[in-house]
Amino acid sequence: MATIHIDGRPCPARPGENLLQACLEAGADLPYFCWHPELGSVGACRQCAVRQYSGPDDRTGRIVMACMTPATDGAILSIDDAEAREFRASVVEWLMTNHPHDCPVCAEGGECHLQDMTVMTGHAVRRYRFTKRTHRNQDLGPFVNHEMNRCIACYRCVRFYRDYAGGEDLAAFATHNDVYFGRHADGALENGFSGNLVEICPTGVFTDKPFSAVYSRKWDLRGAPSVCTHCAVGCNTIVNARQDSTRRVLNRYHDAVNRYFLCDRGRFGHGFTAAPSRLRAPLARIDGRPTPVPVQDALRRFQMMAQDGPVVGIGSSRASLESNFALRALAGPARFSTGMAEPEHGLARLVADLLRASPARNPTLHDMESADAVLILGENVTVTAPRAGLALRQAVRQAAFDIADAARIPRWMDAAVRTLGAEACSPLFVATPGPTDLDPIARATYRAAPDDIARLGFAIAHGIDPTAPDVPDLPEDAARLAADIAATLRAAARPLIVAGTQYGTAALPQAAAAIAAALAAHNSAAALSLILPDCDSMGLALMDGLSLDAVRALARDGGIGTLVVMENDLTRRLDPAALDALLAAVPHLVVIDHTATPLSARADLVLPSASFAECGGTLVSTEGRAQRFLQVLFPDPPLQAGWRWARDLAQAADPGTAPVWQDLDDIVAAIAAEIPSLAPIGRAAPDAAYRLDGARLRSEPPRISGRTAVRANISVRDRPPPAAPDTPLAPTMEGAYGPAIPGALVPYYQAPGWNSVQSLNRFQQEIGGPMRGGDAGVRLLDGARQDETPRPRSAYATAIPAPFVPRAGEILLLPEPRLFGTEELSTLSPPIAARVEAAALRIADDGGATPTIALRLNGQRVVLPVIRDPALPPGIALCPPHMALRAFAAPAWAIVQPHGDDTP
Amino acid sequence: MTPPPLLVIATTLVVLLGLATMLTWAERRLLGLWQDRYGPNRVGPGGLFQAVADGIKILFKQDWIPPFADRPVFVLAPAIGMMTVLLAFGVIPVTALWSIAGDLNIGLLFVFATMGLGVYSVVLAGWASNSKYALLGGMRAAAQMMSYEVFMGLSTLGVVMTAGSFGLRDIVQAQAGLWFVIPQCLGCVVFLLAGIAETHRLPFDLPEGENELGAGFHTEYSGMKFGMFFLSEYAGIVLVSALVTTLYLGGWQGPVLPPALWFAAKTGALVCLFILLRAALPRPRYDQLMALGWKVLLPLSLLNIVATGAVLLLRAPG
Amino acid sequence: MFGILRTLWLTFLHLGHRRVTVGYPETRPALPPRYRGRIILSRDPDGLERCVACNLCAVACPVDCISLQKAEQDGRWYPDYFRINFSRCIFCGFCEEACPTYAIQLTPDFEMSEYVRPNLVYEKEDLLISGTGKYPDYSFYRVSGVKIPGKDKGEAEREQPPVDLHSLLP
Repeated sequence: MATIHIDGRPCPARPGENLLQACLEAGADLPYFCWHPELGSVGACRQCAVRQYSGPDDRTGRIVMACMTPATDGAILSIDDAEAREFRASVVEWLMTNHPHDCPVCAEGGECHLQDMTVMTGHAVRRYRFTKRTHRNQDLGPFVNHEMNRCIACYRCVRFYRDYAGGEDLAAFATHNDVYFGRHADGALENGFSGNLVEICPTGVFTDKPFSAVYSRKWDLRGAPSVCTHCAVGCNTIVNARQDSTRRVLNRYHDAVNRYFLCDRGRFGHGFTAAPSRLRAPLARIDGRPTPVPVQDALRRFQMMAQDGPVVGIGSSRASLESNFALRALAGPARFSTGMAEPEHGLARLVADLLRASPARNPTLHDMESADAVLILGENVTVTAPRAGLALRQAVRQAAFDIADAARIPRWMDAAVRTLGAEACSPLFVATPGPTDLDPIARATYRAAPDDIARLGFAIAHGIDPTAPDVPDLPEDAARLAADIAATLRAAARPLIVAGTQYGTAALPQAAAAIAAALAAHNSAAALSLILPDCDSMGLALMDGLSLDAVRALARDGGIGTLVVMENDLTRRLDPAALDALLAAVPHLVVIDHTATPLSARADLVLPSASFAECGGTLVSTEGRAQRFLQVLFPDPPLQAGWRWARDLAQAADPGTAPVWQDLDDIVAAIAAEIPSLAPIGRAAPDAAYRLDGARLRSEPPRISGRTAVRANISVRDRPPPAAPDTPLAPTMEGAYGPAIPGALVPYYQAPGWNSVQSLNRFQQEIGGPMRGGDAGVRLLDGARQDETPRPRSAYATAIPAPFVPRAGEILLLPEPRLFGTEELSTLSPPIAARVEAAALRIADDGGATPTIALRLNGQRVVLPVIRDPALPPGIALCPPHMALRAFAAPAWAIVQPHGDDTP
Repeated sequence: MTPPPLLVIATTLVVLLGLATMLTWAERRLLGLWQDRYGPNRVGPGGLFQAVADGIKILFKQDWIPPFADRPVFVLAPAIGMMTVLLAFGVIPVTALWSIAGDLNIGLLFVFATMGLGVYSVVLAGWASNSKYALLGGMRAAAQMMSYEVFMGLSTLGVVMTAGSFGLRDIVQAQAGLWFVIPQCLGCVVFLLAGIAETHRLPFDLPEGENELGAGFHTEYSGMKFGMFFLSEYAGIVLVSALVTTLYLGGWQGPVLPPALWFAAKTGALVCLFILLRAALPRPRYDQLMALGWKVLLPLSLLNIVATGAVLLLRAPG
Repeated sequence: MFGILRTLWLTFLHLGHRRVTVGYPETRPALPPRYRGRIILSRDPDGLERCVACNLCAVACPVDCISLQKAEQDGRWYPDYFRINFSRCIFCGFCEEACPTYAIQLTPDFEMSEYVRPNLVYEKEDLLISGTGKYPDYSFYRVSGVKIPGKDKGEAEREQPPVDLHSLLP
């Protein structure tokens, strides 16, 4: 640890970091614009000027840019120096010459880094009396607003969008102070991480467009820590709400997971919580029509139903662990289904088993960024786990870092490192049936059917470790590629294998696990990451239960009296015929969900549950990290958490033995006690009894406004704050708050003088390091491995699939999810819905020219537009799941029908 | 001719309580006048019925006793206050013939005795309320009233010595030639100040001290029990004014007008003086109040006794 | 001692002075234009709402009695609803000081008593007047850089015409 002297105060600094970081870590207020902890320094804005002295005897010193100067032991600098102050004040004054008088009508106002920095430098009076430069704005799509007049040309947006996220349609145009950041023409920003521009931009050029429609100032928003529910990565978020509705989702820093960025699906997908299809009251089928009934009535109806035979519960991979567990308690472990059909059900368990058994490391997202050789084996990561895709994109930069290290250039010296490493990319191999966003930075891509990709994987494993089973009949080019990849991975210091369950075959994760195991034999840094589809898929895999197919078999045997479905739209899981057969065999159907679905329309009883913003719960990410999301909205009854409905149903059916959990901590403790693999989830976040400085934490900023007026049109009486038994966050502005707040409980980021998201610096132990109050979540899959050292070499899977053979007249439909449109809940969010493109089939170039193709799958006929892709192997077709065919989610052979043939 | 005692008692009670009630209105009107504003002028002619309105309001207020209070004592305290003041009026000679107790030969001592009991009302109220502000007010009242009792008694000794009697009627009659306010001016001033302190009126209302004690000893009182304190305070003003009239201003004596009217006029003027003091003077600190008592008023009243005694001895025949 | 007597005498003399207070409601006091009474929302010289829903009045309010929701039309921000709970208002005038557009103003009208508390809750329809109030000439959108109908980019005060991005001339 080095020591630097800031204005005579000795402060610890990490060798190798820059002075700006060191100053911020020391708690000093030093303004900056262009530097970003994740993007590094470019020295563009000249705002972080300090005076540095060469030694104790140096009385003159010199002005340096703190962000471009390495912190060396014994460095002496002055932030408070008069000349440095004047320098910074002048810089802000120049930046502000063209800044418009917009703050009152700017969505950034109140959380604007430029406002903070202007105040910090003391620039209060405008002296510039001449005309201002103006720009025309662009329509950048449904996510981001554009107001170029406000730009201060810090270049952060293009550095993030192009350099970090790999986007190509945002660039800097024009020259000198006319510089313009935008697209070549109006149009939606194509990159899946465009929403981060809102947080990256230090002023109001890029603002959150959906939020603007329901705008509130930052000081008026209640916040609560949450976990994204739109994929299995488990990005940490902050949900902001006001007046009984969610307003926006912001990134919540987690050192090991999402760090500074979210994908657009996570940021803009929360709109379903306010969708018109939300269920608000219990509905019972009376005279064939769903009719709102009181809660007591609904419970009494269930009491009658429960007398007609055994209750079977169907859980959901999009419901919290608590809701699933409560349903499991209601139905009994033997009659609880994970709500996943085969092959998803088996794959989820397989992934959990592989990750637990694999001798390779199970990396966090942040670990993945530092992998120096990556193999993606049959998973379109940027779509199924978008934030993981962004992390893999950073992994490619490892080679550039090595070159920079050799040239003794600090890694944060962004422009230099990127220039130096422009040609150097760490190896990234993408083996997928279709094109992916990572292809342009991949060293090699391999287009094949999933089975062939798995065969490639097994061949690589064999190439690394000859004791692994060999793959017979591998084509020449595949064998050469496998040897190449095997050699590269073997040579790498931190190799990473990524696979998933997207293509519904067990061979891909098994092949990936085989490669990882082969690597781990001689490299303990080898890592294996397996990706599941939904936010709680891993939790369900660990909880275990029947598959939907087992439930169907049970129903066929007449073993079900009442089917209780928790937050699961079975129409997306079972094809219509299978679903009809299941429902016909079940006397009563009860659906607990927050949103009306085609399934809830067929239910005898529908109970309205709370969405992620309205209740607390735990989700287990694909990494095996249990994370808690907390309540930000306090809806009026009868809306309540899914687990509370399951508890109430259990009490209605059998008051004697039913569980009596009162709050979230009760049920979390019950889960931990009953399911050993989930035992640590109590440590995912502090419980409701947590106190900081003897008080609960506040969830509203202390300057929240309108308390006595916001509901005055309904009643002028004061309403007591809602009871919040499930959360340590008080639902008001009263309570403790400070930089030592645990990472799992951050309701919003704010520090004295720092009102924008940049105040995050104050909450970290070191810039880009863990939170001062501890990071959120607890990893569940590591525990088993720690007791058995050295790690046992797992037996290689021997079920190597046969080569893929195209069939005549048939085509193998492979599910190819999309960032927008195939995930169930985010699609209900209006901005996401606006980005959904019509379903289309991607097939190999078959020489045909028809714009559409007709298919028959499980008796359903569907006509889809087709995209012909010569790179695609013949005999397969990539089809977005759940779009044209609602139940389509797993590979299936479809009959290609000639056009005009309408015979069923 | 002596009027029948029951008539005297009834008339005194009615007039006194009526007067005290109207005084609440008159005080506010006078304060308004002296402070360049209106005061209550809405209810009835010139706001005359304001007192009635207030009376009705206070009667209809919830009769609430705090749960933490000592109930019996809490209820008793205001009654004691009212009772002692009314008792003292028993010996005040309104005219030569109009006095409830007739010509009691220890009249003045009786007055002091009853007024001395008045301190119990305040102290018990403060104690029974079981709240810190009330208790502080009660303690202040105890110290203040005990102290000023001393000077009050000493200051009147000059009058007693000159008149040669404790009987109030004798004292009035002794002023036939010259009102005692002239020879006993020192005693008169001391008595007046002590009287203000004794009734804890402004500027000596430290037992209430709104700005530091809430409302002092009657913080926890409301409704008619508070009304009793309120009325007894105003009855106290009338009592002290009547005593000053009797002891120093020649009582009912005066030319032309009937004696009762003279007595009323003198008393009324003194009541106005009380109100003027409230309109004009700020409240001293508590230590200033005690210092004034023991360091100024005590020596002065002793001096007054010595001087009066000396004059009487010199004048004495033989 | 003399001071006390003098005070008493001077106070006594006030017997004959004119009263400072007036007998409201028979006599009505003349209130200055900057008196802090009933709050109104004014319009700009073009007759459009001045309020841009920036929320600064709401945050400045020490009793939290102002609440509003921003809405937007053609680049102009305006409050979807604007509610003041006058049963809480202390007429401190902080909202007027905070307002960057002179929209919210306090007026010399104080006669707003009601028998029912909900009647003291004023919505935008109750607050919005048809004039400019105390500041006849100011219009926020004439100085701000956002584009609104009738004022394109570069047409606000002290603005250059929008930059031609295809030009590389200095």
